[in-house]
Amino acid sequence: MIIIQATPTFLQYTLINLAVFAVLLPIGFAIGTLVALGQVYGHPVIAALATAWAWFFRGVPALVLLFLFYYGPPVFNINIEPFTAAALAMGFRSSGYQSQIFRGAIESVPAGQMVAGRAIGMSRLQTVWSIVLPQAFRLALPAWTNEFSAVLKDTTLVYAIGINEVMRFARTIYVARPELAILTFLFVALIFWVLTVIGTGLLQRLERRLALPGLEGRMRGPRAVAK
Amino acid sequence: MDAILTVEDLHKSFDDLEVLKGISFTLERGRTVLVMGPSGSGKSTMLRCLNRLLEPDQGRVWLEDVELTAAQADLNKLRASIGYVFQDFNLFAHLTALDNVCIGLRKVKRMPRRQAHEHAMQALEQVGMADRCAHYPAQLSGGQQQRIAIARGLAMEPKLMLFDEPTSALDPELTGEVLAVMDDLARGGMTMLVVSHEVGFARRAADEIIFMENSRIVEQGPPEQLFVNPREERTAQFLQRIHAIEGPMAQEQPP
Amino acid sequence: MNLEFDLADWLPHLLDGLLVTLEITALCIGLGIVLGLVLAFARLYAQRPFAWAATAFINFFRGTPILAQLFLVYYGLPSIGIRLEPFTAGVLALGLNTSAYQAEYFRGAIQSLPAGQMLAARSIGMSRLQALQSIILPQALRLVIPPWSNELILMLKYSSIVFLATVMDLMGEGLVLASETYRYFEIFIVVAIMYLIVVLAVTWLLHRLQVWLRVPGLGAGDSIA
Repeated sequence: MIIIQATPTFLQYTLINLAVFAVLLPIGFAIGTLVALGQVYGHPVIAALATAWAWFFRGVPALVLLFLFYYGPPVFNINIEPFTAAALAMGFRSSGYQSQIFRGAIESVPAGQMVAGRAIGMSRLQTVWSIVLPQAFRLALPAWTNEFSAVLKDTTLVYAIGINEVMRFARTIYVARPELAILTFLFVALIFWVLTVIGTGLLQRLERRLALPGLEGRMRGPRAVAK
Repeated sequence: MDAILTVEDLHKSFDDLEVLKGISFTLERGRTVLVMGPSGSGKSTMLRCLNRLLEPDQGRVWLEDVELTAAQADLNKLRASIGYVFQDFNLFAHLTALDNVCIGLRKVKRMPRRQAHEHAMQALEQVGMADRCAHYPAQLSGGQQQRIAIARGLAMEPKLMLFDEPTSALDPELTGEVLAVMDDLARGGMTMLVVSHEVGFARRAADEIIFMENSRIVEQGPPEQLFVNPREERTAQFLQRIHAIEGPMAQEQPP
Repeated sequence: MNLEFDLADWLPHLLDGLLVTLEITALCIGLGIVLGLVLAFARLYAQRPFAWAATAFINFFRGTPILAQLFLVYYGLPSIGIRLEPFTAGVLALGLNTSAYQAEYFRGAIQSLPAGQMLAARSIGMSRLQALQSIILPQALRLVIPPWSNELILMLKYSSIVFLATVMDLMGEGLVLASETYRYFEIFIVVAIMYLIVVLAVTWLLHRLQVWLRVPGLGAGDSIA
């Protein structure tokens, strides 16, 4: 009963998770793409830096990153809001995973595509932009969908640095009514299950919309399952 | 007569499609019988029904005097005494040639390791593959893989061997080595039922040919009779087509 | 200001925590393998109600946040009278989570084997169980090593959430040290480096395992990310 009454509040707090998600995903996408391009096409120094970036942000647990971004800036006299720290930490982390997805996809576009682009007089950048990336993003989409649902669920981890999101709200209900613990946390789980189903459903539709013969997704993201 | 395999009124359907419409025949000890016929005539389905890799809908099969199709039949034991060679070899990909031959001896016949090894090496020698015993399937040609698959069956000391188009997945230049092994087996007195279109092999090794079409046996008899003087018009037409395609090879002499 | 001096102070605590992290990871991965195989087999070969139950279990644990799963076990089970030590609760929650993912890797690997392998095993007289044990599993397990290695490394990192259930793992020890010394940033840098070293070491070990078990023609290519 109390859960049903509290449903609107649950959803309100879920909006905080979604806000973190809405900021971290584009950050991860933009940096991830740049890191992938740097790894594949960059000057050796750039490529090494890009690889180090991806390696660091994939190798360190999300919680450690959250604490680093939360407690780190004040050491250098920079004030940072918990929300900003969360979005940056999770966004940079995702950029590590997304870069690996995009790098694999770019590398699986045949080398002849670049040669053919240059042969008709396009610059390197033009060829990457209008020939390679449109193919690579299509190849990457299924794996990217995996990453999408992983970071969506992982927005609950920002709980650890005290952000008032849905898990923290659930925790306050638990403190008040410990006997409802199972129901409370099941409800949070259910919210994310529904969000994941909707999100991956939309992305799969996008995949079909963008599908081109011969360019079916081949990349495997973290925790992907072979088809 | 000394029947090893007796098949009686075998039926099999896939959904609405009837693939076997009452197949009956007898296979006698030491004989080599070839099953021919256009694709889709039910030959491979029939072979799989014989050791119940596919469950027949109706009909009975005996191995000597044991009924394979009986509900209480010890299928695994019966299958162990029927060698089966697949069109695409199906060697176990994670095992060396030797272990491919050994594993049935070890797991099914519960043979001690050393004895299984000796036995398996003999079988590999018989197919001329002893020197490749440590190779994995992916390191061998199709013809070599198929010879090892034959050794895998032989090592179990089967009462008969079933061959499902053993050369049709092979490049033409590799079929010879497999057929030579099968020639040897036939001469050595192995009882064999072979689904194949290899006319040359039929001429030199087959004691009898069964011609199937449209899920039924149309005609059966010794190769001379079927090749030279078939009773049925359909048999003649089919053999003519085969000759047209495989003509030069069909004429080849036994090696 | 004297980092070397501080490190000597901190490291014993952090290494204690690291040991707990490794224990939890090893135990949850072990639980995940066993349960994951059972789930995969249930989905592939069991009667319909069991297959459905396995699918529902897998979808739940793959579709919901791992933190919600931890709190369900840690806070939820006591409310129905099951009291677990924080450590046990952590292992159980993480183990259930990874079992769902591992089940799908196992299932994918088994399904990717050609049907002829089972057929050939049955044709030489093996029972279904023998064929699964001697033919299907040895091949599927080799194919599954790359995604499984990724999973192990992911769990190593996700295991840090158990400090939210008061387990003193590497993360937990780090947080306690930090709140005592107010040296949050330095301590979490050290913690991060320790995780990175372990990830590197485990990656290398898993790569050795993969090379050691390699069979020509079986799942070549895939490398560990």
